[in-house]
Amino acid sequence: MKFRKERLDRGIKARCEDIFALSSYREILYLLLPRVLPVVLLLVFPLLKDIVGLYWEKVLVITCAIALLSLSWDWMASVGLISLGQALFFGVGAYVTGSLNYAFKWSPLLTIPLGTLGGALICTLLLIPVLRLRGVYFAIVTLTLPLLLMRFIETTKILGGTEGLSALTPLPNLWVELYIPVFALLLCLFGFRRLISEDYGLVLQGIRDNDRAVMSGAINIYWFKTEAVFLAALVGSFPGAFMTHYYQFVGMPAFALDYSILPLTASVLGGVGTFAGPTIGAFILVPLSEVLRAFGTLRVVFYSAILIICIVGLPEGVFHFIRRKYHQFERMVEVG
Amino acid sequence: MLSSILIYGLINSVILALTAIGFSLTFGISGVANFAYGGFYILSGFLVWMLLHYLKFPFLLAIVVTVGAVGLLGFITYWVILSRVRGIALSEVIATFALGVGILELFRYLGFVTYEFTLPYLKKGTIFLAGVPIDYQRLFIIGIGLALVLFLYFFTHHTRIGLSFRGIAQNERTAISLGIRSDRTAALSLAFGCAMGALAAILILPLGIISINTGYEVLLIAVAVGIVGGLESVSGILIASLILGYTQVFTGTYLKPEWMMVVYLAAIVLVLTIKPSGLFGKFKELEERV
Amino acid sequence: MNETILKVERLNKNFGGVSAIVNVSFEVKKGELLGIIGPNGSGKTTLVNLLTGFVKPDSGRVFYQGIDITGKKPYKIAEMGIARTFQMVKPFYQLSAFKNLIIPLYSSRVRRLRGGMYGDRDDVAIDLLEDVGFERDSFVPYKVASSLPHGYLKRLELARCLALRPELLILDELFSGMSMSEVASTLPIIERLNGEGLTIIMVEHRLKELFRLAHRVIALNFGSKIADGLPGEIMDNEGVKAAYLGSEEEEEDA
Repeated sequence: MKFRKERLDRGIKARCEDIFALSSYREILYLLLPRVLPVVLLLVFPLLKDIVGLYWEKVLVITCAIALLSLSWDWMASVGLISLGQALFFGVGAYVTGSLNYAFKWSPLLTIPLGTLGGALICTLLLIPVLRLRGVYFAIVTLTLPLLLMRFIETTKILGGTEGLSALTPLPNLWVELYIPVFALLLCLFGFRRLISEDYGLVLQGIRDNDRAVMSGAINIYWFKTEAVFLAALVGSFPGAFMTHYYQFVGMPAFALDYSILPLTASVLGGVGTFAGPTIGAFILVPLSEVLRAFGTLRVVFYSAILIICIVGLPEGVFHFIRRKYHQFERMVEVG
Repeated sequence: MLSSILIYGLINSVILALTAIGFSLTFGISGVANFAYGGFYILSGFLVWMLLHYLKFPFLLAIVVTVGAVGLLGFITYWVILSRVRGIALSEVIATFALGVGILELFRYLGFVTYEFTLPYLKKGTIFLAGVPIDYQRLFIIGIGLALVLFLYFFTHHTRIGLSFRGIAQNERTAISLGIRSDRTAALSLAFGCAMGALAAILILPLGIISINTGYEVLLIAVAVGIVGGLESVSGILIASLILGYTQVFTGTYLKPEWMMVVYLAAIVLVLTIKPSGLFGKFKELEERV
Repeated sequence: MNETILKVERLNKNFGGVSAIVNVSFEVKKGELLGIIGPNGSGKTTLVNLLTGFVKPDSGRVFYQGIDITGKKPYKIAEMGIARTFQMVKPFYQLSAFKNLIIPLYSSRVRRLRGGMYGDRDDVAIDLLEDVGFERDSFVPYKVASSLPHGYLKRLELARCLALRPELLILDELFSGMSMSEVASTLPIIERLNGEGLTIIMVEHRLKELFRLAHRVIALNFGSKIADGLPGEIMDNEGVKAAYLGSEEEEEDA
C-alpha cells in the first residue's frame, strides 16, 4: 500500500468564500482572528506594564523599531532592491533628529517628524545613483554606506564624533513612548499590505520580476524605484528618529551592524514579500536576542546562522508556513 | 616630496589591487557572489596566527596550509550553501554576506581583538629607493601583487579553466552546452578567489594588527575597485586601484588623513553617475541587457 | 499614407568588434506595414532594440514624428507611442494573463489618452485580451502566465503592446513558435489593426505570411540593408536569395 501526502483547504476556508463569510460567527471569527488578534495584543500589551514589568515594555519598543526597519526592507525587496544596510536609514534619521534637538533644543514633536523626513530625503539622494544598476549592486552599496558614514563621523569628529550627542530631550510620558511605535508599526504594516495589492504594487513587483517588460510598457522604472526607496526610507528613518529621543542619545552605534542584520534576518525568517512575515520575524528575533543578551556578539553569529538556514532551507519563511497550516490540512491518501 | 608620493601611492595602489583581486575573480569574472570574502580574509590571518602560535608551524608551512585550507573552505562553501541558491542572485548575496558576518563576529566573540594578534613580516629590513624608505614587506607586496594581476589576466584569457570562469558568467546555458560543468567551475572560482584573498591577507596584515573591522573594509575596497574599474575586467582592477590608491595618498598628504575613506564613497558615486559599468566595464546598463 | 512617421538615418552599432548594424537608413510612412527580413544574425533584433531605446547606436539618428528619439530611454520612447514585442517573450510569469496588462495600463501615457481615471483597469485588461482573440468567458485570462503555452504568450505580448494605444507597433518575430492555426487566427488581427491606421513594422521569418501583409519589405544581411521595395520585388531579388540560400535557411516553414 503506497501513500502520498495530500493538502486540502479546510472546510471553513471554503465556506468563507465571498458573501458566505457572513453566514455565521464561526466564519467571521475565522477571517478576523488572524488579523485582529495581533492588533489587539499589540494595543493591549502596553497596558499590562504593571504585570510584565517595564523591562518587557522596553523590549516592545525596540521590537517595533526593528519591525519597522524590517517592513522598510520588505518594501524595497518588493521592487527588487535588496538592502544589506538598513542601518543607513536608522542612523541618518537618528542623527538628523539628534542634531536638531542638540542644536536648537526643539521639542521631539518637531524633531522626530523632521528627522524622519530629512533622513528619508538624504538617504534617497544617496541611493539615487545606484538605482540604475542591477539589484546586486544596490545591495553592495547599501552595505558600505553605513560603514562609511560611521567612519566619516569617527574621523571628522562632527556631530559629536565618537562620543555622540547626549542629554537630549526625553519623550513626554510613558504612554507616548509605548504607543507611538505601536501605532506606527500597525499603520505601516497595514498600509504596505494594502498598497502592494493595488495596481501600484503590481507595477513595483513587475519592476522586480521583469524590468524591461515594464519599461516597454511606458513606465519610468527609475522614478518608481526612487519613490519606493523614499517611502522605505521614511519608514526606516522614523524608528531612528524616535529612538534618539527614547534613549536621549545619538552616536555611532546608530549605524551598528545589528540594525542591518536584524531586519534582514527577520524578513527572511518571516517570509520576504509578505510584510506580515517580517513583522513576525522581528517579534521572534528581538525578544530572543534580549534573552541571549548575555552572549554578547555571539548573537550576531546566531542571526547569521538563522539567515543562512532560512535562505537555503526555508526560503518561503515562517509566515507562509503558518498561513498554510491555518488554511489547509494534510492527510495521507492511498495511491493506486 | 614627489618621489615619496609616487612610491607610497604605488604601494597603496597595489595593496588595494591585491585586496580586491580575489573578490573580483569570483564575483566580477565568474558572477558568483562571495560576500563572505571579508570573513575569509580575516579568517586566513587568524589561521596563520594560530598555526604559528599554537602549533608552532614554520612560517612558510603555515602560509601554504592556510592558503590551501581557505581555498578548500571556499570550495566547500559553494557546495553546501551556494549551490542550493544558485541563480537567485539576491539569495546568493544574502547567504554569503551572512556567512562573512558570522565568521567575523564569531572571532570577535572569541576574543580575537587584542594587540597581540599580528602576523610576522616575510623578511625584515628596509631599502631606500630614490631617498624613500621601503621595507621588504611592501616590496613583496608590490612584486607579488603585480604578478598576481598579470597572472589573473593570463589565466582568464588563455587557460581553459580561466576561460570557463568567464564563460559561466556570460551565459550559463551556453557554457553548459559547451561541456563546462557550471557548478564545479563556480566552486573552483570561489575556491581560487578565497585562496587569493588568503594570500593577500598574509601579505598585507603584517603591516598592522589583525583587526576584525578590517574584514568589512576589505569588502568595501573590493567593491569600490570593482565598481570603478568595471567588475569583469582585470585591467580595470589595476587602473581602478591606481586611481583610488593615488587619490588616497594625495588626500592624506594634502588634505586631512581622515578623508581618505571618503575617497571610496566619492569614487563610487562619481563612477555610478557617469559611467555605471565602470571604466573598463563592458556589461551594459539595464537597458542594454538584451 | 503620405506622412513619414519614422525616419532612420545611417544607424551604426558595433558590439565589441562585431558590426551588428551598418549604415542602415529607411523611412516608414504613416499607416504602412513594413516588413523586415533577413537571415539569422543579420541584425534584425538589434535594429528593433536601436529603434526602441534598448540599445544606444554608435552613430546615426532616429526620428519619430519629426522628433529626434536617438538615445532616448525605452520608457520614454514607449510613452511617445512606439510599442514593441520581444522575440523572447517577456511576460510577468507569476501574474495571471490579464494582470499582465495592468502594468502598461498604469503608465501615464494610457492615463493621458483615456482622459484621467476611467474605472477598473481589470475590465480594460479583459477587453484587450478579447481583442487579441482570447474569449472573455474562457479561463485563459485568469490563468497564471507561466502555465500558458508559448503561442498564447505571444498574443499576450501583442495585447500588452495594444494596451499602450501605440501609433507605431514593432513586432519582433511574432509568429515564431506559433502553430499554423495560431498564425492563421493572428493574421486577421494584424490586418485589422493596420487597416485601422496603426503603422506596423514586422520582423519576420515566415515570409509567406509576411509578404501577404506587408506594403513594403526591407531585407538585411550582416547588418546592412541589401534591398528595399515591394514584396514581389524582394522575392525576386538576387541578393536576398543569396543571403538566405547561402546560409542554409528554409524560406518557408512547413
